[in-house]
Amino acid sequence: MVKQAPVGAHYGLRDWLLQRITAVVMIIWTLFFAGLLIWCPPQGWADWRQMFTGNFLRPLTLLFIAALLYHAWIGMRDIWMDYIKSTALRLTLQASTALLLIFYFIWSVAILWG
Amino acid sequence: MVEILRHLRNMPYFSCQTNLPSLPMSSSDAKPARQRPKYYDLNLANLPAPGLLSILHRITGAALFLILIPTLLFILQQTLQSELDFQRWKAHLGHPMAKLILIGFIWAYLHHFLAGIRYLLLDVHVGIDKVSARSSARAVIAAGFIGAFLIGVWLW
Repeated sequence: MVKQAPVGAHYGLRDWLLQRITAVVMIIWTLFFAGLLIWCPPQGWADWRQMFTGNFLRPLTLLFIAALLYHAWIGMRDIWMDYIKSTALRLTLQASTALLLIFYFIWSVAILWG
Repeated sequence: MVEILRHLRNMPYFSCQTNLPSLPMSSSDAKPARQRPKYYDLNLANLPAPGLLSILHRITGAALFLILIPTLLFILQQTLQSELDFQRWKAHLGHPMAKLILIGFIWAYLHHFLAGIRYLLLDVHVGIDKVSARSSARAVIAAGFIGAFLIGVWLW
């Protein structure tokens, strides 16, 4: 019988790296979007809609959201791991976080392609 | 709150004591590890700048996840679905209170963003020594507030 808490499966380095890769994706999107808002701000609803449903910003935004959600997953998991000592409660919070993030991703696809 | 912190700091348990070791014990008469006093400086103002930057990075990250992600997704959905909703949200966000909240979240995003870039640079060993790490931390904290202030002025 292996008595081991479901932690410490050596995915630390991979997640550490992915947290940084997703950060770089978000930096690029943020600078790009800020530039868009500054240099060609959308005039009215039609522009706004065109901006997000156009074939340029739409996939980029979904990529940003995917990076954001994965980044948030690692960050929140770290926070739960640091402060929640009870394994049962921590796993519950981690699972809720993961489910919420998956929900957000599906919602984002529905928003952008809806 | 400050009173509680001050109170805690004055208690012997929290006060700073140097633990000069007594005569080294030989392994033969080793006793159970003796209780050493712990010293927690609970005053955030005494935290070195990199520590303050770090805890703000964590707090802003949690706030962005808990509040900003669902809120922005909701607003994006509403504003994209119909012109009427777009105009409604434009009016909502023009309200001074909404602008203040927005500026607060812009600060949170900006701080998390800049502190994150600093961490990426530290990861590739740029500015890793204590002096530059401390000054870059101070610069990032300041830039977050100044940037949020300037964006706030521009929004207003």
